[in-house]
Amino acid sequence: MITFLQQLINGISQGSAYALIALGYTMVYGVLGLINFAHSDVYMFGAFMGYYIANNRVVQERLGTSVFAAILVMMAAMALSAGLGILIERFAYRPGRTQTRFTLAFWLGILGAVFGDLFTHSAVGILVGALIGIAVGVIVELAGIHPVRQDSRLALLIIAIGVSLFLENGGQLAFGADPKFFPEIIPSASLNVGALNLDTQKLIVLLVSIILMVLLNLLVNYTKTGKAMRAVSYNIDAAKLMGINTDRIIAFTFGVGSALAAAGGILVSLLYPKIDPLMGVMPGLKAFVAAVLGGIGNITGAMVGGLILGFAEVMAVGYGSSTYRDAIAFIVLVLILLFKPGGIMGKGTVEKV
Amino acid sequence: MKRAVFWLVAVLLLVGLQMQLGNWIGPYYYKIVILAGIYIILAVSLNLINGITGQFSIGHAGFYAVGAYTSASLVTYGESSIRGMVEFLPRIGQDAVLLLLGILAAAIAAGIAGLAVGIPSLRLRGDYLAIVTLGFGEIIRVVILNVDAVGGARGFSSIPALSDFFFFWVFLFVLITVSVIRNVVNSSYGRAFISIRDDEIAAEAMGVDTTRFKVLSFVISSMFAGIAGSLFGHYTAYLNPNSFTFITSFYLIIMIVVGGLGSIEGSILGAILITLVLELFRSLSEFRLVGFSILLVLVMLYRPQGLMGVWELLRLKRRTVAAKS
Repeated sequence: MITFLQQLINGISQGSAYALIALGYTMVYGVLGLINFAHSDVYMFGAFMGYYIANNRVVQERLGTSVFAAILVMMAAMALSAGLGILIERFAYRPGRTQTRFTLAFWLGILGAVFGDLFTHSAVGILVGALIGIAVGVIVELAGIHPVRQDSRLALLIIAIGVSLFLENGGQLAFGADPKFFPEIIPSASLNVGALNLDTQKLIVLLVSIILMVLLNLLVNYTKTGKAMRAVSYNIDAAKLMGINTDRIIAFTFGVGSALAAAGGILVSLLYPKIDPLMGVMPGLKAFVAAVLGGIGNITGAMVGGLILGFAEVMAVGYGSSTYRDAIAFIVLVLILLFKPGGIMGKGTVEKV
Repeated sequence: MKRAVFWLVAVLLLVGLQMQLGNWIGPYYYKIVILAGIYIILAVSLNLINGITGQFSIGHAGFYAVGAYTSASLVTYGESSIRGMVEFLPRIGQDAVLLLLGILAAAIAAGIAGLAVGIPSLRLRGDYLAIVTLGFGEIIRVVILNVDAVGGARGFSSIPALSDFFFFWVFLFVLITVSVIRNVVNSSYGRAFISIRDDEIAAEAMGVDTTRFKVLSFVISSMFAGIAGSLFGHYTAYLNPNSFTFITSFYLIIMIVVGGLGSIEGSILGAILITLVLELFRSLSEFRLVGFSILLVLVMLYRPQGLMGVWELLRLKRRTVAAKS
C-alpha cells in the first residue's frame, strides 16, 4: 500500500509535467489545427535557459539558492521561451497564413550566421554571414517573391518538423551536444509523512504545475484575451469578422504555450537534472500523446491526459518492466482511441456533407 | 511483349551497371546510390498511403523495421539449412536465394503488420490517425528493442554478409515497386484510393468500401516498406533499432512532400534529393541539419505543393488521354 501511494505521487508529479507540455500542444492545435512539433524543442530551450540563468555569476552572487531565486530563474526562462514561441509563429507559421514581411531575411540571416560560423569560427564571421543573409533576403523580397499562401495543412506540418529539426540541431551548435547538469536551484530534501517518504522536488513540481494550470484556467475562462482565444479556436473566420485580431491572439497562444513548456522543462530538470539538446524529443512526443488522449484542442483534456499518462507510465515501470517504458504511452493511446476515437474529453466529430 | 522486352533490358542494364558502377564512382558514392534506391522504395510506397489514398501515416519506419528484422533473422538463423537445399548453385546464386527468401518473408511479415495496424487505426481520421500510426511505429521499435534473439538494444550484428550484388537487387526492386504502385494507381483500386483522398464521404456514397480500400492501400504500402527494410538489413549486415525511430518516418514524409505529394515522380525525386543532401554533407555534422531544416522550411513556405507539384509529367499525359477517350 505504501509503495502504491509512493508510486501514485511519482505518477502525479510526472504526469503534471507532461500536462504542462501537453497544454501548449493542445492550445496551438485549438487555434491553428497544427501539430506543433517544435513545441518539444521549446521545452528543451526552456530547460537550457533555466540552466544558463541559474549558472550566471551575477544571479548566483546576488540571489544564491533561495525560493525567490528559483522563481526568478523560472519566470525569466518562461519569458525567453515565450519569445521563442512567438518568433517561431511569426516566421515559420504565419507567412503561410497572412502576408508578412522579412521571412526570407530572417531565415537566410540565420543560415548566413551558421555558414559564417562554419567557415570562420569567429564572431565577425557570424555577423558578416548574418548580414549577407539578411541583405539577400530583403533584396529577394523587394523583387516581389513572397511566401505562398497555403491551405495545405501538410505543408504546415512539414514546416513544424523543419523548425523542430532546426531547434534540435541549432541547440547542438549553440549549447553543445554533450549533456549538462541542471543546477539544484531548490535544495532537495525529503519529508516523512507517516511511512511515506516524500521528495520535496516532486512536491514542488506538483505545486507549481497546479498553480500554472489554475492561472491558465483563469486566463482562458475569465479574461477578455481568453475569450478571444476561445473564439479563435471555435471559428477563426468568424472571430476575425467580430473584430478580433486573430494573428495577435495566435501569437499570444504560442507565447503562453511556450512559457508553460519552459516551466515544464525546468520542473522536469529538477527531477532529472541531465539536460541535452535532444531531451525534448521523447517527453514532447508523450506530451502530445497526452493531448490527443484527453481530446486535442481541449485544455482540461490535456491536463487529464497528462496525469493518466504519467500515472500509467510510473505504474508500468514500478510493477512491470522498465524497458517497455517508452511504449506504454502509445499503448495507452491506442487503447483509448480504439474506444473513444475523439479522446477522453473530445467532442464527437459530426460529419457534415 | 513490350513489357517483357522492357524488363529484359532493365535486368541486363542493371547487371552491367552492377559490374562497373563500383569502379566508376568508388565505394562511398556506391553506398549513397544504394541508400537512395532504398529510400525511393520507401518514399514511393509511403506515397501510396499519404499521397494517393490521403491517409496521414507517420509510422512507416515501423514496417521498414519489421521487414528488416524478419528478413535478417530468417537469413541468420536459416542460413545453413537454406544453403544446404540449394547446394548445387554457385555462392552468388545461393546468396540470391537467401536474399529473395528474406525479401519474401519481409514483405509478408510487414504486410501482416500493416494489416494488424491498419484495421484498428484506419477508423480514425487526420491527426488522430497520424499519431496512432506514429505510436504503432514506436511500439514496434520498443518491442524489437526487447527481443534478445535479434540483439535488442545492442543491435543485430550477426547477419551473414551476402555477396555484393546489391545495386542490382535494390534497383530491380525500385523498378518493381514503381511499376506495381503505378499499376495499382491506374487500376480500379487506384481510382478508389484517389476517390477516398478527394472526398471520403462521396466515395462511400458511390459504393466504395472505404475501410477495405484504406486497409488495402496500407497493406500494400507496408509490404514495400518491408522489402526496403530487408534490402537495407542485408546491405549493411547490421541493424539497430535506432535506425527506425519516428525521425526516419519524418524524413520519409519530408521526401514525399518536398517531391510533391501524390506524385510518384515527385517521391522519387524527393527521395534522391534528400538522400543526397543528407549524405553528401555528413562531414559538416550539426551544420548539415541546421542548413537542411532551414531550407526545408523555406521550400515549404515558398512552394508548399512540393518541387514537382502539379507538373507530373507522366500523369499529365495520361490524364489528357483519359479525357479524350
